[in-house]
Amino acid sequence: MAQKLTANRLIDGTVLYWRAGEWTESFAEGEVLASEDAAKAALAAAQDFVARNLVVGTYLFELKGEAPLKEREIIRAFGPSVRPDLGKQAVR
Amino acid sequence: MYRYDEFDAAFVRERTEQFRYQVERRLKGELNEDQFKPFRLMNGLYLQLHAYMLRVAVPYGTLSAPQLKMLAHIARKYDKGYGHITTRQNIQYNWPKLKDVPDILADLATVEMHAIQTSGNCIRNVTADHFAGAAADEIEDPRPVAEIVRQWSSLHPEFAFLPRKFKVAVSGAAHDRAALKFHDLAIEIVKNDEGRIGYRILVGGGMGRTPYIGYAVGDFVEKPDLLAFLEAVLRVYNENGRRDNIYKARIKVLAQSLGQTEMRERVVREFIEIKRAGTLQVPQEERARIEAYFAPPAFEALNDAPLPTEGALGQWVASNVHKHRAPGYAIATLSLKPIGGVPGDISHEQLDGVAQLMDDFGYAEIRTSHEQNLVLPHVKQSDLPAVFARLKALGLATPNAGLITDIICCPGLDYCDLANARSIPIAQKIAERFADLERQHAIGELKIKMSGCINACGHHHTGHIGILGVDKKGVEFYQLQLGGSATEDAAIGEIMGPGFGENEIVYAVERVVDLYVKLRQPGERFLDTYRRLGMEPFKNIAYQEQLHAAH
Ligand code: SF4
Repeated sequence: MAQKLTANRLIDGTVLYWRAGEWTESFAEGEVLASEDAAKAALAAAQDFVARNLVVGTYLFELKGEAPLKEREIIRAFGPSVRPDLGKQAVR
Repeated sequence: MYRYDEFDAAFVRERTEQFRYQVERRLKGELNEDQFKPFRLMNGLYLQLHAYMLRVAVPYGTLSAPQLKMLAHIARKYDKGYGHITTRQNIQYNWPKLKDVPDILADLATVEMHAIQTSGNCIRNVTADHFAGAAADEIEDPRPVAEIVRQWSSLHPEFAFLPRKFKVAVSGAAHDRAALKFHDLAIEIVKNDEGRIGYRILVGGGMGRTPYIGYAVGDFVEKPDLLAFLEAVLRVYNENGRRDNIYKARIKVLAQSLGQTEMRERVVREFIEIKRAGTLQVPQEERARIEAYFAPPAFEALNDAPLPTEGALGQWVASNVHKHRAPGYAIATLSLKPIGGVPGDISHEQLDGVAQLMDDFGYAEIRTSHEQNLVLPHVKQSDLPAVFARLKALGLATPNAGLITDIICCPGLDYCDLANARSIPIAQKIAERFADLERQHAIGELKIKMSGCINACGHHHTGHIGILGVDKKGVEFYQLQLGGSATEDAAIGEIMGPGFGENEIVYAVERVVDLYVKLRQPGERFLDTYRRLGMEPFKNIAYQEQLHAAH
């Protein structure tokens, strides 16, 4: 199953997504890791950012189509379902 | 209100500066996350689903107007404009940045607040009856005792690394509003046959994965012996509590495995030891000094007057105003449960508005409750209309305290990293379903409590109707529990059966409530009817129509 890789930025806690050796704040821009090998490689590469104390809590999660499979990751990607004005879903 | 002495002030200042230094080291890369995590947890800082979360302690739920203003300032300056009152009377911010937390703690320290003892395996912030010092049924204000326990436990080296977190509650009234029997340790102020005031000490209560009702290990502990007795309890726990298994480490598991008789004997043995050593008495002067901080305001000599019964004010008075110990005064609950709102959330404008109201009416303090509301403890009855008008303008006059829409609800999957399911949207839908005020009053006292996982921060085990969110293969389901109670008639709710889907749970709750209204006898609350009839009829009705719908 395709996956994405996420973490929190250390300095402010912002949720991040892995994109080709870098991080983005946007779930949509996060890289789809289509194979288990690609996912493992991304997770391994991300440890460099952990070691450099830039991010914390890296982990992979599964996708269903383009969206996260689990409700938890949907909420993390967009913001609290009860506060559409907050989190990444908020119109800036 | 308790005021910091020089020692307290220096202590909090030092802790803030120590944490600033640790944050700097973390950001410079001198500490990794494993090394830093214990420091941040000791200062109430978690990493949650979206961001960091800072839990600020509100000792025994008491706040002053300047403190409310500071909480508003922090919400505005460092967060996203609001805070959340928790079931342990604390306030949480959901979006602080790590780099700002030292400044937040420094700001808090200017109003004698902090985030110490809100996390980790220590004696947590002590909670108390939110009607303390005001309730008509009170023997003595529980907060001086809570403060003595706070001072004793804050720096106690033996208790900084307990097998697990340790929660203490204190109440001084006949009616238990502090959920005493669901705390690791609880102190109930009692009067003996000779008219002397002392303490009944309960241990081993708790919620979470394995809920237990606490039992008494001391029936009447004399006032000067309080700390010696508590230390005896903690020693038994420290020596015998399990450190090998996080799920078995709470004192409730030890209390169950030893049984009441053995636990009592061990505590008493330790207590005698401590007494023999001749230490740990709380001298009368020290108690008097602390009690003086909590002295009630000088109540005017007034008489009780008939309270308003008409219109919106009358409806608010009927549910949100309670009897005060002093004639002519009342206790007013500010509901943080507007229909369709997020239970327990309060905006910076509301925090400021309440602080202004307190200044204008001369109220020195306000309370947070474990039911996630605010309480003005000393309101002149003649001021009720004016206070109500101000609260209405602030959106804090929802007339539902103690009614079915006054739902206790944890943050759940909308914020919490540990959650299995969302809880807030379900609470909102239930509140919307029962929004009709006449219907709420007709239903009467009914406490719905809801948690987004088995950790039970939303106290679902003690809800008359409890709801637990579970995850079934990635889909949110909701289990119903009936018959729980957190008061003196403590009970753990009975699980009804398989969970309901997100779109079914509100209907199931409604069918249960409607059946109660149909079957109740005069004067019965939901809990009474449930206790008389048992689970069967409620279970049948809850699942029945769901089955029909499926065919
Ligand atoms: S009960 Fe579970 S979901 Fe709710 S706040 Fe506690 S840990 Fe989070």
